[in-house]
Amino acid sequence: MDASLLVIIVVVTALVFDFTNGFHDTANSMATSIATGALRPRTAVAFSAVLNLVGALLSVEVAKTISGGLVDDARITPAIVFGGLIGAIMWNLVTWYVGLPSSSSHALFGGLIGATWIAAGADAVHFAKVVDKIVAPAIAAPLVAGIVAMLATYLTYRLTKRARKSVTDKGFKAGQIASAALMSLAHGTNDAQKTMGIITLTLITAGTLAPGAEPPLWVILSAAIAIALGTYLGGWRITKTLGTGLTTIEAPQGFAAQTSAATVIMASSHLGFALSTTHVASGGIMGSGLGRQRDGVRWGVAGRMAAAWGLTLPAAGLVGALAGWIASLGTWGVVVVAVVGMGVSLAIWLLSRREPVRPEHVVDEIAAQAETHKVAL
Amino acid sequence: MKIDWLALGAVFAVSLAVVLGLVLLFSGGLRALSAREAAQERQASTALPTAAAAACLLACVTVVLFGIYLIVAG
Repeated sequence: MDASLLVIIVVVTALVFDFTNGFHDTANSMATSIATGALRPRTAVAFSAVLNLVGALLSVEVAKTISGGLVDDARITPAIVFGGLIGAIMWNLVTWYVGLPSSSSHALFGGLIGATWIAAGADAVHFAKVVDKIVAPAIAAPLVAGIVAMLATYLTYRLTKRARKSVTDKGFKAGQIASAALMSLAHGTNDAQKTMGIITLTLITAGTLAPGAEPPLWVILSAAIAIALGTYLGGWRITKTLGTGLTTIEAPQGFAAQTSAATVIMASSHLGFALSTTHVASGGIMGSGLGRQRDGVRWGVAGRMAAAWGLTLPAAGLVGALAGWIASLGTWGVVVVAVVGMGVSLAIWLLSRREPVRPEHVVDEIAAQAETHKVAL
Repeated sequence: MKIDWLALGAVFAVSLAVVLGLVLLFSGGLRALSAREAAQERQASTALPTAAAAACLLACVTVVLFGIYLIVAG
């Protein structure tokens, strides 16, 4: 197949992935603000879209982590990247449909690593870098966000106990809007970067860019716009579901949890750690549950969530490996992967339209965590 | 296999300091606003609590903007 045509296909696929990421993750940053009535749904979603766009333009550290050194760019081809990407999208769509908590970021890394491993050999994957920039932050960041949110929540409740209710009601709503804004910004600094990294990597493997190059401006802009559009359109689903009062987090708690998660994500983005914003947000919410009440987290739910998180990277790796192997066999392989990919996407889209939006489609693990707070009350 | 513990530690330390600082300032601001309401009801001067609230909340905004500046400046 013509190399430049393949590059165009990969770029478009990566942007679609970015779009679904925004679509999927609006809930993380805006769910609590909508649920506590701090923001009207439509305003919240538009606001979040704009901030995602700005966040995506702020930093390219995470993009550089992905394009520069996770895998040996001299030994892989755009076809392998394509296979990895399709693997990630498949895994994402299936887990989204069945309501399994998953991370689009880890699906992407898993797909890329799996495809490279099978198609170019295990030593084409730089495992040391994978551990340093992905696995270690994946474990550490949610814990850090949890601990910080726990202390922040405790301190917030403690310090404002004697403040007037009229003031705290209004104050925490405003604080929540501000912290939700930070969360959207943080989402852009980490999640949009992953698409930029993938596109840059493809351009490097196709020889269009030199190895180690930074993402070009058009890549940064198109990834930023794709995630912002996804965020805006994804909001419509949330508007429908949140009307029923899914999230039961109190405003001060939401404020503390979101501020903690956003700070951890932005500090990590700055150092080029590619993390799952969903994991960090959940860590923050769990921590704030503990900070409010010592038995504020249901450990069974938390354990199952952690298990599902651990599964994402290897599972998406397997799917990515299969897709990458087929795609690297030649033009017909790429066509087969593309057709299967589109078929599965179409099937899931049709299935999801046939039944009403379920909570687990929209706020997956956040919803699971919110339930525990209802119990803790 | 080398894990950059220093960088992970830095994320932890910076996040803890920034978030607790923001919580302190924000809660301080709310306390000052409460005092302002109380002063209004007693028909006493609201100058001091107003100034304290403004200082706390402005400091919050400054911390956030400085953080974003650090990221953009690279």
